Amino acid sequence: MATEDNEVEDPRPLVLIHNLPSFKLPLQDRLITHFRLFDSLASPEASSVRALICVGPTPVTADTLDHLPSLRLVVGSSAGLDHVDLAECRRRGIAVTNSGDAYSENVADYAVALLLDVLRRVSAADRFVRSGLWPQMGEYPLGCKLGGKRIGIVGLGSIGSEVAKRLVAFGCTVAYNSRNKKPSVMYPYYANVHDLAVNSDVLIVCCALTNETHHIINKDVLTALGREGVIINVGRGALVDEKELVQFLVQGEIGGAGLDVFENEPKVPKELFALDNVVLSPHLAVLTPESFEALNKVIIANLKAFFSNKPLLSPFQQE
Amino acid sequence: MESIGVLMLIPMNSYLEQELQRRYNLFKLWTAPQKPQFIKGHANSIRAVVGNASAGADAELIEALPRLEIVSSFSVGVDKIDLAKCREKGIRVTYTPDVLTEDVADLAIGLMLAVLRRLCESDRYVRSGKWKKGDYKLTTKFSGKTVGIIGLGRIGMAVAKRAEAFNCPICYYSRTEKSDTKYKYYPSVVELASNCQILVVACPLTEETRHIVNREVMNALGPKGVLINIGRGPHVDEPELVSALIEGRLGGAGLDVYEHEPEVPEELFGLENVVLLPHVGTATVETRKVMADLVVGNLEAHFLNKPLLTPLV
Repeated sequence: MATEDNEVEDPRPLVLIHNLPSFKLPLQDRLITHFRLFDSLASPEASSVRALICVGPTPVTADTLDHLPSLRLVVGSSAGLDHVDLAECRRRGIAVTNSGDAYSENVADYAVALLLDVLRRVSAADRFVRSGLWPQMGEYPLGCKLGGKRIGIVGLGSIGSEVAKRLVAFGCTVAYNSRNKKPSVMYPYYANVHDLAVNSDVLIVCCALTNETHHIINKDVLTALGREGVIINVGRGALVDEKELVQFLVQGEIGGAGLDVFENEPKVPKELFALDNVVLSPHLAVLTPESFEALNKVIIANLKAFFSNKPLLSPFQQE
Repeated sequence: MESIGVLMLIPMNSYLEQELQRRYNLFKLWTAPQKPQFIKGHANSIRAVVGNASAGADAELIEALPRLEIVSSFSVGVDKIDLAKCREKGIRVTYTPDVLTEDVADLAIGLMLAVLRRLCESDRYVRSGKWKKGDYKLTTKFSGKTVGIIGLGRIGMAVAKRAEAFNCPICYYSRTEKSDTKYKYYPSVVELASNCQILVVACPLTEETRHIVNREVMNALGPKGVLINIGRGPHVDEPELVSALIEGRLGGAGLDVYEHEPEVPEELFGLENVVLLPHVGTATVETRKVMADLVVGNLEAHFLNKPLLTPLV
């Protein structure tokens, strides 16, 4: 009886941590001061829990939701929420939040890092020096200048805007595509990605993955971008038709690519391993301690707002 | 002008070579088996020397070319040219300022990002085929880190402008405080290094700036600090840098230049917290063409008795 009394008196709201075994929420211990956590759909609390934290890419399906009849909030820990059945959440009146701005600077930094690496051949030149080839081979092949490049941003949300701000400082021009033209933005808008690609030297893909944006970078877009064009993907692997991209790269039909995400992670097409005009990264654009600190604040703020009936900090919006 | 002899010291750019060949009697020093004899044999026709950052007209070469009138350098750095000797003999010197500023500054930011975000290591990891789900490594955020710049000239200012777009506070050291900037000034490199997380060398190489980044500066920068050198190799005490990195007294380094290029200390090859580039600060197709046009334009102006485009001496 004493235990039950304690439970009743515990003022901390109940929150389900929904995660795959391979994904643990960083800084999870910090949540304990604010919330009562449990992590199994099978536990008795599942029937009454009103909020869930979805860790990393853990799927939230209709089946998941069937276990949670009282659920009213899904707190995502990523920027994109393609692993969450958003239509089903909407149908059941469940609100969904994402990581908000927590990762934006880190992902934008990473997009610029990948672009500079591809254009200036940083990783390839580092391989050249480390293999001891410099004294034998002499000057390394020339790269390309970043300044003056026309950058096309696919998805001008919080990440895309941070990318634009950075690249303008390098003397680049910026244009964008998103579902709707943004009235407050001065960059030229293209209603479709093909037209954006025709008018860009570089495409930076940072939109959310949805049914509409699946393979948004397809054969036509790659052709429109052209032989000198560069693709940077810091969004999701499936935004790009990877088979086509590999073909274009292998045949020299496109200038280069910087990829942090792939269609079948952690599998990466082996044809890419031999190419010096690509930079490959294991989906870590967001992974810094600074990101996790910021994410933790966003998660706590969303949960606190929810439990006190205030507006959510970062409700999920598609760009 | 086909009769004018131009001596090119080392191969540097095929477009430049073609353009010089079209206009002048071009002598390619690197193709000669016996260099002193080659120079002696053509000394009476050579009126111009074309060099770059790693090969310039030193006192010996200047003495060996009695008809030399102009040295046109395919670089902004002129530390390999004996400028005093040129002045004394009335030999003009031109270089390629401004046009390479953006490329060098871009590469400085590229190195900062690559070191902090461990880009080259990540690329190696993926290419090795070892990537497994859930197996990840945290890297350090770049936006917001304090960037300290040694030498707030054209390149230093261009680095500052770019870093500001990443919300990085900027501070600098130079011989004198600049009145036209809001960036924080430190009167010594050690103080600068103590107060920034990323230290970038962007000053010219002179007697005073040789080894401007020494052991004391590296220790002040510390185990979380990152050194970026896009200046000249001798700006940094290289053996001290190697031991600071190996002993973990310095957090990381991004290097485009070395003390004894193209030799790079092999101890660095195994380190994950360094990025090693083969002096490619200005190595873009676009910029090298503009630099080549300036070298040719300066020579043309000189031999037509017109004002030089980018004279230094």
